[in-house]
Amino acid sequence: MRSDWATANSQLPTSAATVPAVLAEHLTIFQFVLITFGISVVAGLAGALLGLGGGIIVVPALTLLMGVNIRLAVGASVVSVIATSSGAAAAYVREHMTNLRVAMFLEIGTTTGAISGAFLAGRLPARWLFIVFSVMMGYSAIEMLRNRHEMGGHVPSDRLADRLRLHGSYYDQLLGKKVDYRVTHTSLGLVLMYVAGCVSGLLGIGSGALKVPSMDLAMRLPIKVSTATSNLMIGVTAAASAGVYFARGDISPLIAAPVAAGVLIGATGGSRLLPRLSNRFIRLAFVLVLLWICGQMLWKGARGA
Amino acid sequence: MTQASEDHSAADPVRTIELVISTLLRAGVVTSLSVVVAGLVLSFIHHPQYIHSTTLLHQVTTPGRWFPHSLRDLAGGLAEFRGEAIIMAGLLLLIATPVLRVAVSIVAFYLERDWAFVAITAFVLAMLILSFLLGKVEG
Repeated sequence: MRSDWATANSQLPTSAATVPAVLAEHLTIFQFVLITFGISVVAGLAGALLGLGGGIIVVPALTLLMGVNIRLAVGASVVSVIATSSGAAAAYVREHMTNLRVAMFLEIGTTTGAISGAFLAGRLPARWLFIVFSVMMGYSAIEMLRNRHEMGGHVPSDRLADRLRLHGSYYDQLLGKKVDYRVTHTSLGLVLMYVAGCVSGLLGIGSGALKVPSMDLAMRLPIKVSTATSNLMIGVTAAASAGVYFARGDISPLIAAPVAAGVLIGATGGSRLLPRLSNRFIRLAFVLVLLWICGQMLWKGARGA
Repeated sequence: MTQASEDHSAADPVRTIELVISTLLRAGVVTSLSVVVAGLVLSFIHHPQYIHSTTLLHQVTTPGRWFPHSLRDLAGGLAEFRGEAIIMAGLLLLIATPVLRVAVSIVAFYLERDWAFVAITAFVLAMLILSFLLGKVEG
């Protein structure tokens, strides 16, 4: 435990490493709950905007800053994914930002993928998986940057999307108009969602990080619709695994409670913000976070986690 | 929000399903948030040392401390009105919300006679139940 701390802290800048470590030693449970709540509000806000679970903020914050054991931190992050999803999607679905039909169709892929992933866990070398998927995420990040002028371009027609009536529209508050969009490459999207589900089942990472690029790059949904649709889907994938974490005793009430409360409030706030932000901003922020996750996974792979 | 609603009248079947799902999610969020916060407040009332003592935190941040992790424990804790059991009940409500959302969608699509999506959502629910069962075997 002690040595884990030392290595974990060495990744942070010195000021961040020394101050909170000392703080965490002398906190009361009440103070711990308050600080965790504050961090979780930020995680929920970011998660709601980017279609991610917030685990990328919650897990490092809990383990590195607050000294929480990794098992309990992961248990809390599963709760945070569900909280982000429900908190944000409540607004996105009502505002027609989420493409409900696309979400439900793609959930076929994410749920079957998650089951396969859980089955394959331990049978495949995690180390190489981390490296392979970090490369995949790095590639998605670059492609998403190149694709930043999303409004133009011809969207190839897709019979499956027509038959399932997946095409949609949303009201962009910033542009002040209704934006119509067409969905394409539906089957490819489904395959990619299966892969994304597999990865979250296997590695417990990337619940939204692979879903958003798949919808953006393959299916050509507008970026805001992609993050809002991803938001609805990540809750289902996480709920599927939450039962296991609960039974294993990884969901600790005093840690998960401030995380759930903070994330729910943050995600609700974030969902108010999304319609007002520009597509460009969301895309850029997402790419940055994707690169961060890509680096994290590469690091885990290199270290042999 | 209001502008968006103008574009989609309540008669639109997709719109109806959206409103049902959104209301369900909001209800899940509000209920679980209230229960979790109530449980948290109760924990601090029952254990004033959580507020004053600076030596207890490592019990919370490391595994091994007891808290309910089966439905039977949870029911027992709730009967004794324990704060942490109430928190756990709130968290389970939160976890159940997305599953309930899928179940309600099946009914909504059925009422709209959208058979393709009845099949799709029913399949997703079946996969969710399967993963719960598989998780139980594993855990």
